[in-house]
Amino acid sequence: MHNVYGYILVMALVTYLIRALPLTLIRKEIRSRFIRSFLYYVPYATLAAMTFPAILSAADHRVASIAGFITALILSFYRKSLLVVAACACAAAFIVELFL
Amino acid sequence: MGSIKDFKSGAENGIPICLGYLAVSFAFGIQASEAGLSVFQAVMMSLMNVTSAGQFSSLDLIVHQASFAEMALLQFVVNMRYLLMSCALTQKLGPSVPTGHRLGIAYGVTDEIFGVSVLHKGELHPAFSYGLIVVSVSGWLLGTFLGAAAGQIMPQRLISCLGLAIYGMFLAIIIPEARAKRQVLFTVLAAMLMSAVFTWAPVLKMISSGFRIIIVTVAVAAAAAVLAPVEETRQEVQEDA
Repeated sequence: MHNVYGYILVMALVTYLIRALPLTLIRKEIRSRFIRSFLYYVPYATLAAMTFPAILSAADHRVASIAGFITALILSFYRKSLLVVAACACAAAFIVELFL
Repeated sequence: MGSIKDFKSGAENGIPICLGYLAVSFAFGIQASEAGLSVFQAVMMSLMNVTSAGQFSSLDLIVHQASFAEMALLQFVVNMRYLLMSCALTQKLGPSVPTGHRLGIAYGVTDEIFGVSVLHKGELHPAFSYGLIVVSVSGWLLGTFLGAAAGQIMPQRLISCLGLAIYGMFLAIIIPEARAKRQVLFTVLAAMLMSAVFTWAPVLKMISSGFRIIIVTVAVAAAAAVLAPVEETRQEVQEDA
């Protein structure tokens, strides 16, 4: 694990440049419809790909993970806040694990 | 560039974000310590990155000693959405806001801070952003610290459940929009399906999780952009202006 600091610096540099360059350089609107559309869909594709199927093995037990997944799906469908969805997903998994 | 009043208003708006971050970064701290990071390293990563998706996804690469190039590419793709957010934020700032303040605001471009900033009425003052960032990020740091420090002494059963926090947060971000817009729903479903195929299919499953996310994101977002390009209107910017 000798180069953890190297990883942190690389991450910080890339992430900061992504945030800072448009704010400082681009003061006009992006014209390309494709690029604007692509950037619009990126967060949904990334977060969806990161969530599934990884969420199925988020807790130690598969059944508990699925319970948390379903809970999060239902609550987010009803537009509950970030904190409520995250906390209830954990709680659902915890309760299921109590019975396993 | 705004006043104490703007700073306080930003700070108040940051409280719900702070609480949400506390829960999620607590889970991050635990996972970071499981991945072998020290408490100091975990907090340093949170301070320098402030990106949930980027930080969580980085742990896998650190454990597997991936190359710096792969890490840079993963962070670029996973955090590319900040590019769009910064493009939108720059429209909210007055033309007189100098580069120094723009560099300061750039530090705190996250999904939630961006959401509050862009919905804020009227022109965005840097002081408002700073209040928002200070309160939100302090929750992110405190949670990371507690998670990384307490991770070792917490019962495994509890730690196991906290693994769901980050995914719950992701779903809370994407599902409401998927419910409202069919093209987003298909994007989400396609990305999940493709990600599942890459996780389980023979040969494909040998691709690291970092590259899996990159490939799925680029392929699905590009396909969606071609099949369902966003409207040409600029209503977002103009409504706020």
